Amino acid sequence: MKRYVIIGNGAATIGAVEGIRRLDSEGPITIISSEPYHTYARPLISYYIEGKTDRERMKYRPDDFYEKNDCEFLAGKTAVKIDPAAKSVTLDDGSVVSYDKLCYAAGSSSFIPAFRGLETVSESDRFTFMTLDDAERLKARIEPGLSVLIVGAGLIGLKCAECIYGKVGAITVVDLAPRILSSILEEKSASIVQRHLEGKGLNFILNDSVDEFHGHIAIMKSGIRQFFDIVVLAVGVRPNVALMKEAGARVNRGVSTDRHMYTGVDGIYAAGDCTETFDVSCGETRILALMPNAYMQGECAGINMAGGDCDFENAVPMNAIKLLGLHISTAGSYIGDVIERENTADSTYTRFYVDGGLLRGYIMLGEPYRNGIYTSIIRNQIPIDKIDFETLIKSPSISAMGESYICQLERKV
Amino acid sequence: MLVNNAMKRIYVNKKWCLGCRLCEYNCTYANSGAMNIITALKDKPLRSRIKVEEYDGDTLPLSCRHCEEPICVKSCIAGALSKVGGVIKINHNKCVGCCTCISVCPYGAIMHGEDGVMRKCELCIDNAFGAPACVAGCPNGAIVYEERD
Ligand SMILES: Cc1cc2nc3c(=O)[nH]c(=O)nc-3n(C[C@H](O)[C@H](O)[C@H](O)COP(=O)(O)OP(=O)(O)OC[C@H]3O[C@@H](n4cnc5c(N)ncnc54)[C@H](O)[C@@H]3O)c2cc1C
Repeated sequence: MKRYVIIGNGAATIGAVEGIRRLDSEGPITIISSEPYHTYARPLISYYIEGKTDRERMKYRPDDFYEKNDCEFLAGKTAVKIDPAAKSVTLDDGSVVSYDKLCYAAGSSSFIPAFRGLETVSESDRFTFMTLDDAERLKARIEPGLSVLIVGAGLIGLKCAECIYGKVGAITVVDLAPRILSSILEEKSASIVQRHLEGKGLNFILNDSVDEFHGHIAIMKSGIRQFFDIVVLAVGVRPNVALMKEAGARVNRGVSTDRHMYTGVDGIYAAGDCTETFDVSCGETRILALMPNAYMQGECAGINMAGGDCDFENAVPMNAIKLLGLHISTAGSYIGDVIERENTADSTYTRFYVDGGLLRGYIMLGEPYRNGIYTSIIRNQIPIDKIDFETLIKSPSISAMGESYICQLERKV
Repeated sequence: MLVNNAMKRIYVNKKWCLGCRLCEYNCTYANSGAMNIITALKDKPLRSRIKVEEYDGDTLPLSCRHCEEPICVKSCIAGALSKVGGVIKINHNKCVGCCTCISVCPYGAIMHGEDGVMRKCELCIDNAFGAPACVAGCPNGAIVYEERD
């Protein structure tokens, strides 16, 4: 009987458990989790502050998950060392857990650059936005009238702005990039979203960054002095890779794996935000810190750990978020020629990127409608001359995907 | 692998579809909770979970395939989608309306609901119909509910 150990407790871990249990209902699984909570949906921390979900509903799996899957859940325990020779993991309480197959799914952590004078901001007024504990702290601190500075106009910074909107006073978001959501939007779409958010009352300082903190004043590179009561540092996340580095695994920015999510170190697999993924939409290996990716990598790792044969491929970056009422759906990479589609009927704006006969990516603003069909074209690299692309960009449909796609509907898929 | 293979699904016999869209009306009614079809449909937009597409002069009703490897379930950021006894369901209480499932469904079978949470075909298992209303109401037997390999 195999002994499985998983470090982590997020989507990648749950995927690994469910992957293992597809093939092996016997081998014991031990889950080591720094966070002491039942597995929760990390992206829902903003909805939690907003009051759109609660601790019970934001659980990523039902209460009986660990029990049903015969998992020993070591809540609030941190793995401090992996010994690949002894095939064991040492925990912060000194105990040692041994494994036959290990899945490293440690996720990422908030990255805090060394801002000058950050220590002059009292600790109780400094926040990050990554964990349930972060959310609880912020939720307890916000109150009407508070001036909030958010450093970082990325996904996490803006989701944070959204959830405290209406519960605090002025919200100002500063970013080094010349536009908001710079990793998922280009100029035009970013400016549409920015105008929408400004219309709701958010303030942006772009192309700028905090040079120095002076207590409750942030002095920008441009000289702007921004007063705040509390500051949320949301400049980015870094994959947690230290243990794998020490264990001798190949680590670039994230842990490197093959298509089986195998790290090359005997018995050790890795999945989720801590890894690098081959992105088919651009042909490069990069970090895709996204929930669907984390789950599917974990599931793939789990199946292989249990002796199955699963390849993780067809990964594409993909984001579906809503910011103060405006939906943003993006997928793939923004390479090649641009085709724009403005639909006044449903007030959506879409940009398609076509390169080398392939749809590489899209950006869609407004209520999403069947855009999974577009994502599927990117993911499966379906040449656009094999489909009725003209019709598709007007409105996504199965019929424009052609006979072979339609035939799938007649089979079990 | 431990998967449930014996599973009825909705299939379409393309050639028999008349394009009458009764399935869209019946679906909307069945999932509206309304007492009769008039109150369910009168002056309201169709909120159907089955969609009739035009195709090459024919018509093609489409709904959730309840995939063997459901990418929507794997992608849901809230853990709100799950596959229970072969049926992919949305827990409306958990869904936060992010639309990730819409972004991944290759069949365009998940739609935005009026209450902000997603809606999709759940085979009418939990509504008053108990079995797919689109199938029951199809006048030409074009939509069937059966097991196939
Ligand atoms: C505010 C916010 C909004 C987001 N919104 C979206 C979204 O809309 N869509 C989307 O796709 N993604 C979103 N994400 C990203 C998504 O949450 C991550 O991609 C996903 O959680 C990654 O899952 P994971 O299992 O790899 O890692 P995590 O969920 O980070 O889990 C890793 C776990 O491992 C634990 N751990 C780390 N080191 C150790 C150790 N040594 N010993 C024991 N335990 C350890 C950590 O404490 C953590 O609990 C969002 C993230 C945030 C913060």
